[in-house]
Amino acid sequence: MADKAAAGSGHAAWVRVTHWIITLAVLTLVFSGFEILMVHPRLYWGKAGNDLTPALLELPISRNYKHRGYDRPVALTANESGPVSANRTYDIFNQNGWGRSLHFLAAWFLVLPGLVYLLFGLLRGHFRRHIWPRRTASPGGAAEPRPPSGTPGPAYYGALQKVAYSFVIFVAAPLMVATGLTMSPAVTTAWPFLLDLFGGYQSARTIHFFASAVLVLFVLVHVVMVVRSGFQRHMRAMTLGR
Amino acid sequence: MREKESGLITRRGALIAGAAAVGGVILARRFPKILPPTCGNVLRAGDSFTYGMHRALLSDGALAREYRLEDITSFPATGTFDPGASTKPELKELAQSYRRLQDGAFADWRLPVGGSVERPRTFSLADLKQFTPRTQITRHTCEEGWTAIGQWTGVPLSAVLDAVGVKTTARFVVFTSYDDWVDCIDMSDARHPQTILAYQMNGRDLPIPHGAPVRLRLERQIGYKSMKFLRGVTVADNFVDGGDKGSIRNGWAWYNGI
Repeated sequence: MADKAAAGSGHAAWVRVTHWIITLAVLTLVFSGFEILMVHPRLYWGKAGNDLTPALLELPISRNYKHRGYDRPVALTANESGPVSANRTYDIFNQNGWGRSLHFLAAWFLVLPGLVYLLFGLLRGHFRRHIWPRRTASPGGAAEPRPPSGTPGPAYYGALQKVAYSFVIFVAAPLMVATGLTMSPAVTTAWPFLLDLFGGYQSARTIHFFASAVLVLFVLVHVVMVVRSGFQRHMRAMTLGR
Repeated sequence: MREKESGLITRRGALIAGAAAVGGVILARRFPKILPPTCGNVLRAGDSFTYGMHRALLSDGALAREYRLEDITSFPATGTFDPGASTKPELKELAQSYRRLQDGAFADWRLPVGGSVERPRTFSLADLKQFTPRTQITRHTCEEGWTAIGQWTGVPLSAVLDAVGVKTTARFVVFTSYDDWVDCIDMSDARHPQTILAYQMNGRDLPIPHGAPVRLRLERQIGYKSMKFLRGVTVADNFVDGGDKGSIRNGWAWYNGI
């Protein structure tokens, strides 16, 4: 199997299995993540932010957008011009009962196969040989033969492709997981450095959103490239492995 | 070259398998023995897995981040903001009794603490204030996505549990409220130093919209686990899902450390 993968005729079994589990997980995460964002379509920077504090960005994606359904604010401290409390009188859109649980269930299907993928990728030399972008060998050296354009298989990844995959594997996906964990009160209790790393809960939430947008863009480009460079051959390489 | 490489992979494989086995045993030992019912819902099974993994992987004693006075923010009151104003027919009696307590500035409010304990007892607000208080400035994290920072003063739940003498068979602490919810937490959360029965917010008596006279503060979980308007505490040997008044049968997660 390893030989076949190296020969470029298809992908190794562990790549194929983790690829499709993670594909399903990411689609589910995007779907449930969007639902969660619809419940509170406001983004902030720093430790705390809510309907009674200014937003960095408000997204018109649900009926909760700028709903302003609060009764009269009252001072919460001795400082009359300081923090306030107000009762929410508006019936917000909220499907987080399933949305959150689906998000976290799908997250396990990203994190656990993701760890398996990283472990195999490292130990099998897959990252070193196929994913990590490297300067091409000088003329006359042991340069890889130039493949016909669009040949499936890891041996024929182009330079831009390697940069894109490396960015997703080593930067964007870990950033999504780390900012996601920073929104967990139990996790940040045990690992408070996460709050310092991202500048607080709400900063982590905002980074989580923008990183997810970048990843969705990657998926779209990825799918377009697969379709344009031989959909059937690529699908065969990523399912049957040949 | 290829021979050598595959030999290397085998040795690595053996090491990794060994490490995974040791890790698995440690995880299994720390994984909770009693999990909440899933009611046949795969999402609730996922919640249970997250709960188990959090208990197995995260240390028990760590404290949630505490903030400075100047970090205190505005704080929306969502969900029930006045149980006395409830117009639901099934909540009529609860609403009436809450209004009576409110009229008397909660002097007649009592918190029965019973169940699997040696000395069941009923506490007044004054009784609770006899305990050494704990004040903490913490971040409230709502499941909706917003956060707010407030200062809370109250009695550590563990001190109240010690006063009534929790039996060794006890595993959960169940709370009921004047807006008619039932919820429970495990002993790890109940014994956590920042788990308090709070009677003050930002140095003042707890305002009604934020759970007067006494609310739970549970800093390692999402906001809705910090039950407002406390009515009773029961120590239980087994998991109590609260039926129609609990989160699980209403389609929500019981564990919300995430």
